[in-house]
Amino acid sequence: MGSKKELKILLEATKINKKFGNFVANKDIDIFIAKGEIHALLGENGAGKSTLVKILYGILKPETGTIKINNEKITISSPNVARKNGIGMVFQHFSLFPALTVAENILIALDQKIKFKDLVLRIKELSAEWELFIDPLKIVSELSVGEQQRVEIIRCLMQNPKLLIMDEPTSVLTPQEIENLFKILKRLASSGCSILYISHKLEEIIELADKVTILKSGKSIATIDAQNTTTKYLAETMVGKEITTLKKVQSKNLSKSIALELKNLNKSNSSDFGIALKNINLTVNYGEILGIAGIAGNGQTELMEILSGETVCDNEDQIFLDEIPIGLKNITERRQLGIETIPEERTLHASVPNLKINENTFLTYFPKYNVNKSFIGKFLNNPENSLNESEQIIKDNDVRCPEPNPMANQLSGGNLQKFILGRSLANNPKVAIFSQPTWGVDIGAATTIRQKLLNLSKMGKAVILISQDLEEIFQLSDKIAVLNNGNLSEILSANEISATNIGLLMGGNSKSKNDQEKRK
Amino acid sequence: MITFTPRDKVSNSWTLIGPILSIILTVIFGLLIFTFLGFDPAETLYQIFISPFSRIDRVSDIFVKACPLIIVGIGLMFCFRANVWNIGAEGQFIMGTLLAGSFALLFPNVETKLLLLCMFFVGFLGGALWAFIPAILKTKLNVNEILVSLMLVYVAMLFIDFIVRGPLRDPMSFGFPLSKPYSDGALINKISFPGIGYLGQLHYGILFIILLIPLAWVFNNKTLAGFQINVLGSAPKAARFAGFSRERITMSVLLLSGGLAGVAGVIEVSANIGQLQPEVSFGYGFTAIIVAFLGRLSPVGILFAGIIIATVKLGADNAQMTMGIPKVVTGLFEGILLFFLLTGETLQKYKIKWSWNK
Repeated sequence: MGSKKELKILLEATKINKKFGNFVANKDIDIFIAKGEIHALLGENGAGKSTLVKILYGILKPETGTIKINNEKITISSPNVARKNGIGMVFQHFSLFPALTVAENILIALDQKIKFKDLVLRIKELSAEWELFIDPLKIVSELSVGEQQRVEIIRCLMQNPKLLIMDEPTSVLTPQEIENLFKILKRLASSGCSILYISHKLEEIIELADKVTILKSGKSIATIDAQNTTTKYLAETMVGKEITTLKKVQSKNLSKSIALELKNLNKSNSSDFGIALKNINLTVNYGEILGIAGIAGNGQTELMEILSGETVCDNEDQIFLDEIPIGLKNITERRQLGIETIPEERTLHASVPNLKINENTFLTYFPKYNVNKSFIGKFLNNPENSLNESEQIIKDNDVRCPEPNPMANQLSGGNLQKFILGRSLANNPKVAIFSQPTWGVDIGAATTIRQKLLNLSKMGKAVILISQDLEEIFQLSDKIAVLNNGNLSEILSANEISATNIGLLMGGNSKSKNDQEKRK
Repeated sequence: MITFTPRDKVSNSWTLIGPILSIILTVIFGLLIFTFLGFDPAETLYQIFISPFSRIDRVSDIFVKACPLIIVGIGLMFCFRANVWNIGAEGQFIMGTLLAGSFALLFPNVETKLLLLCMFFVGFLGGALWAFIPAILKTKLNVNEILVSLMLVYVAMLFIDFIVRGPLRDPMSFGFPLSKPYSDGALINKISFPGIGYLGQLHYGILFIILLIPLAWVFNNKTLAGFQINVLGSAPKAARFAGFSRERITMSVLLLSGGLAGVAGVIEVSANIGQLQPEVSFGYGFTAIIVAFLGRLSPVGILFAGIIIATVKLGADNAQMTMGIPKVVTGLFEGILLFFLLTGETLQKYKIKWSWNK
């Protein structure tokens, strides 16, 4: 710890308190960030990380607490004030307008007045200086996620920040892009800009950060030197208990019976920003997990929609379940046939935030209560019917609720995901399809969720896992395929394919399958 | 720059104080404007706020005036809850009235109220048909329903004008653009209270509201369809995930609100006018939009909102008649009232932050 003591403290936040109703989000949090330091913020979902950074960036107001920058007390009443004090932030979910150019997007967020031509020049300068290569006149919807992140970073750099806050920046990047990002962050830090880095990936923190502050239940429980610690120690401090390691079923007798099969599936894109699916062939057997890797925006959303039945196929024999064609069946019919999908977006897609948990259960359960009912009975079918089921789901899946039957938006991300998963699995599906099941979920909940996937396959269910998280794909999958620009690669057995290979396939390089390099 | 941030929770006392404060502010501004324009401010406020309540028959007139507003408002509630923006209830009101009226005129000598019952159905059909045009364009071609429904209001206005000046004009009307009067079977009677007699214009059409409001409440809270509308309105993607058909819901709420607007037209004309004329609606279809939102898209709220708006409208009429205050001035006053009511409601839910940038 001593090595950094001579560094000047840039930002000092003490005794930060914030409550939402009865829920204490931040309690007496202290954090000190030195100049030029990469400071990681670690904690489970609902530990108060987002609340704390939102306070530092002026989005939320703390009830009590002082914030000092360069030893001067300031009140950060809005993001504007934060930016004026040299604080910039890159959000987990980008706030860019897809239909505008890079330069236009940056112009919108800029506080100072600048001529458009000068702005373009300035962006070019910055992108060359920091190797954040980007064409200022490109339309954002044409950029990859990694490039969009660069736009967000440049947007912050325009203001010459003293402190850059980054919220889970690597969750959307390929391994190569992550490496690049780390180089840039390290250069930024050595030039004197402090970085507050929020992440739940422990290896990253050890690789990148100087210091780590660990939050737990709204309190800062430790600030330690990141160089002298281990992932195991970090994880245990954060979760507060021994983490259960995944029990992968080794000698699974993979059944040969095909559960779900896609044959020559084509689907044109429905909007200008969509991706067309091109001639997709895929089989998944009972008792196996098929991982589909790929960078976001390469057709995952579209594939998910066509698998779930939210969009139906153009004809019946493009999807088969137990060798019966189901291409034209809609989502409700497929659910009844035993296909459950868990979409990537927890709120607004898998659940409605301003509805209660029983109403959210009713959302996918309502056809059950329609069985053997008259027309009037079906009409009067309402969410109260699913009160018991929703209680059961909450109990069985350890969903922690602030009150009985709360609104969905009162649950933390991890708990909501547990509820959504529980809701689907209570239907005892034959095939379960997941998209990014651990996106933005803390490590404790992520482990639980991953173990659930493994258990499902052990129970003989067919599982499809669409994920950008390569670690997750390798951890869980028996077979792996890669989605790139609407094309699905050949399906390979997980121990025949290496991370490098997948990385190449993700970038659209198909010759890599000849590469025999084994994954370590 | 002005930014609105949602409040963490809405305080209970403010839900009560808010509307009262809004009315006090309206009164103050009203006083200023009327004084400035040279009208006796106390007298004007008396006419607008107090005189509608000054006699029991006037109170009953409030309900008569509120009746079409509430019925149309309830219909619009279904649309707005589903995030479907039907702005053309005025047109649907007119077309429902026109179709039901034409139907009634086919039976000039019918005494039985069965004719009235049929007119309800025909009126519903007329309004629903007019709403079907934006609905089919929205669901099949994704044409904006706001534009289509609004423009069709003017088509409907001109169409009824044409009909009562042409095909359906009463030859005995001395050249006035009026149809023949409805037969008795097509009229809604005034309610005669034993020992009191008629109370103003109070008619049996009011019963429809008493029926409609609980039904609408049950529909919203206790039925699958009401749930589907709710989900579609608050999270369209979740509605798709649940397997609710966006097209079917959009179509249903538009037809339902169009139909109810048509029924409101039937009640209004059969109770108060008794024949077709170029002007059958006095902006009810548009005012009902305000009523629906002021009532926070809930049936009981719409009941109260309808009564408030009707009171002020009647009060404004009184002020025009007794004091000769021009219509634009009372219109201005109604505007001020709405402004403060809606501002008050917004401030209950949001904090406003002002910041000045150089």
